Amino acid sequence: MDSSFKIVIADENPIRAAILEDGLREAGHVQVVRIDEMADLLARIYAIDPDVILIDLENPSRDVLEQMFQVSRAVKRPVAMFVDQSDAASIEAAVDAGVSAYIVGGLRKERVQNILDLCISRFNAFHRLQDELDRTRSALEERKVIDRAKGILMKAKNLPEETAYAMLRKTAMNENKRIAEVAQSVITAAELFK
Amino acid sequence: MSDTRISDNRLRIGFIPLCDATALIVAVDKGFSAAEGLDVDLIREVSWSNMRDKLNIGVFDAAHLIAPVAIASSLGLGHVKVPIVAPFALGVNGNAITVSPALYAAIAASAEGNLTDPLVTARALARVVATRKTRGHNPLTFGMTFPFSTHNYHLRFWMAAGGVDPDEDVRLVVLPPPYMVESLANKHVDAFCVGAPWNSVAVDLGIGFILHFVSEILPRAAEKVLAFQSRKAGEHPDVLARLVRAHARAADFVEEVGNRDEVAAILAAPNRLGVAAEVIRRTLDGRLKVSPDGAMRTDANYLLVGREGAGRPDPTQAAWLYAQMVRWGQAPLSDDLCRAAMGVFRPDLYDAAVGAPSAATTGRIGAFAGPPFDPGNIAGHLASWRIGRVPVS
Repeated sequence: MDSSFKIVIADENPIRAAILEDGLREAGHVQVVRIDEMADLLARIYAIDPDVILIDLENPSRDVLEQMFQVSRAVKRPVAMFVDQSDAASIEAAVDAGVSAYIVGGLRKERVQNILDLCISRFNAFHRLQDELDRTRSALEERKVIDRAKGILMKAKNLPEETAYAMLRKTAMNENKRIAEVAQSVITAAELFK
Repeated sequence: MSDTRISDNRLRIGFIPLCDATALIVAVDKGFSAAEGLDVDLIREVSWSNMRDKLNIGVFDAAHLIAPVAIASSLGLGHVKVPIVAPFALGVNGNAITVSPALYAAIAASAEGNLTDPLVTARALARVVATRKTRGHNPLTFGMTFPFSTHNYHLRFWMAAGGVDPDEDVRLVVLPPPYMVESLANKHVDAFCVGAPWNSVAVDLGIGFILHFVSEILPRAAEKVLAFQSRKAGEHPDVLARLVRAHARAADFVEEVGNRDEVAAILAAPNRLGVAAEVIRRTLDGRLKVSPDGAMRTDANYLLVGREGAGRPDPTQAAWLYAQMVRWGQAPLSDDLCRAAMGVFRPDLYDAAVGAPSAATTGRIGAFAGPPFDPGNIAGHLASWRIGRVPVS
C-alpha cells in the first residue's frame, strides 16, 4: 500500500467523513485532510495540494471540481476523473455508494484503485448504519404512539393495560393493518371527540 | 434494468430546481405525462456532474440538462463519451448577469451610454478592469455554473465584446446555483451569470443588481434540453415520442397566461423549486425587479418555455455552443465535431412526436455583437473575434 498520497475528503457530513478517514488511516494513509466547509473550495484544495480528492455526491460543490479539468491559468495541476471509459462497473459502484473521486497530477489510477474501493465500502457501510438508525428511530416513534393509544383506551373503557394492548393487536389483525396504524387512528379519533 | 423500466412506460427523470425545469415539472404534476401513459418519477439533483453521470449509467432515463453538457458528453469532451440526443428543448433564454452594488456603481461611473446596452456595459467593464490593474487590485471574480455551461459562454461572449479577456483579465469560477447569492453577499464573487430564480433572489435581498438579461445579449439562446442516451432513444422511439408530446402540451399550458398563477404555485412546492411563487411568476412573465430600489425591467423573451417554437431543438443553436467551446479552447475545430454537436439537437424527433411547425423558427441567434452566426462557417465566426483561445494553425 502506497501511503505517500495526500488525500482530501470533501464532505459536509462529519460522521461519514470520519468513518472514511478512519478507514484510510487504518489502510496506512497518514496524509488525510477533511474539508467540511465548501466556500472557496478550489482555493482550499490548491492550498492542500492533494493527489486524490474524494467528494460525496450530495454535495453541489462537485461541479466546482469539474473546473479543475479545464486548462486555464487558475488550474495548477491536471486532474482526471477516477473512473473512465473502460470502467463502467467502477463508475456504477461509486455512484451507487454516493461518492466520486478525482486524481490530481497524472497518477496512474491502478495505484489508487484501493482508495476508491475503500471509499465505496465505507460509504456503503455508513448508509447501512444510517438506515439502521432510521429504523430504530421510527420503531421508537411507533412505540410512543402505541403507548398513547393504550392510555386512551385504558382511560375511556377502564381497561387494564394488557387488555388495551390485546384490543389494539386484535383490531390490527382483523383489519390487516400494523398495530401502530391502528394506534394512530385511536389517537386521531380521541382528538376529534375531545 | 433501466431498460425494462422504460419498456414498462416508467421513467426516472432528474431535474435541478430552476425555472427552466417548468415544462418537466408541469408535465408530471398536471398529468400530461400520465395522459400519455407514462409513469414519471422526478428526482431532484444537486449538480450537473451528477446529472451527467446518472444519465450516462442509466440511473436516470432522461434528464434536465444544460445544452452544452449534452454536447460535451456526445463529443467526449472533459469526460466519458456517451452520445446524447435532445428531442425537446426545455427552455430558451432565462439567464441573467447580476453584479454586486460596488461593481454596478463602478460600471455605471465608467459607462459611456445607456446601461441597458450590453456593448456599453462590456466596454465599461473593460475600463473598470484596467483601472483595477493599474491600482494593483485583485482581478474581478465572476461565478458561473459549469465549465460546459451557457452561463460560462454568455459571460465570456459579453465581456469579450467589450475587450475583456475572460481568462486573463478576470477570474471565472464555477459555483452551484444555490450558492451564488451567498457568494455575492460575502464578496467571494463580484458578479455571476445564472438562471432563474437566483438573480431575483439576490435583487430581493438588496445585494445585487441585474445588469443584463441574457436575452439582451443573445435574443435567442438555447438553454436546457430534455436529454436521453442516444442508444435508449433509438430503442424506445414510442416512449420518447409520448414523452416529447407530454412536454409540448405542458409547455403550451405554461405559456397560457391565465395558467401562470397555478404553474407558479406548482413550482413553488418544497419538493420542486422551493421558492416563492411570486418570484417564479415574475420570471415566467419576463418582468423582473433589476435593482434593490425596485426598478423593473421587462422583456417578453426573458424565458421562453414553449412560445415561438422554443420547444423544438434548433441545431443552429448547438453549432453556436460548439463554436464557443472551440473559441475558449475546450474543443478542437473540425467539421465532424460540428456535425456531431448539431446532431445532438433533434428537431426530427420533435416533429415526429408533435408535427412539423408551420413557421420556421430556427437559425436565429441575433447576438448584440459580431456578424450573424452561420453554422456552416464556424471558422469565420471565430476569426471575427479578437479575444479567444483558438490554437493558431
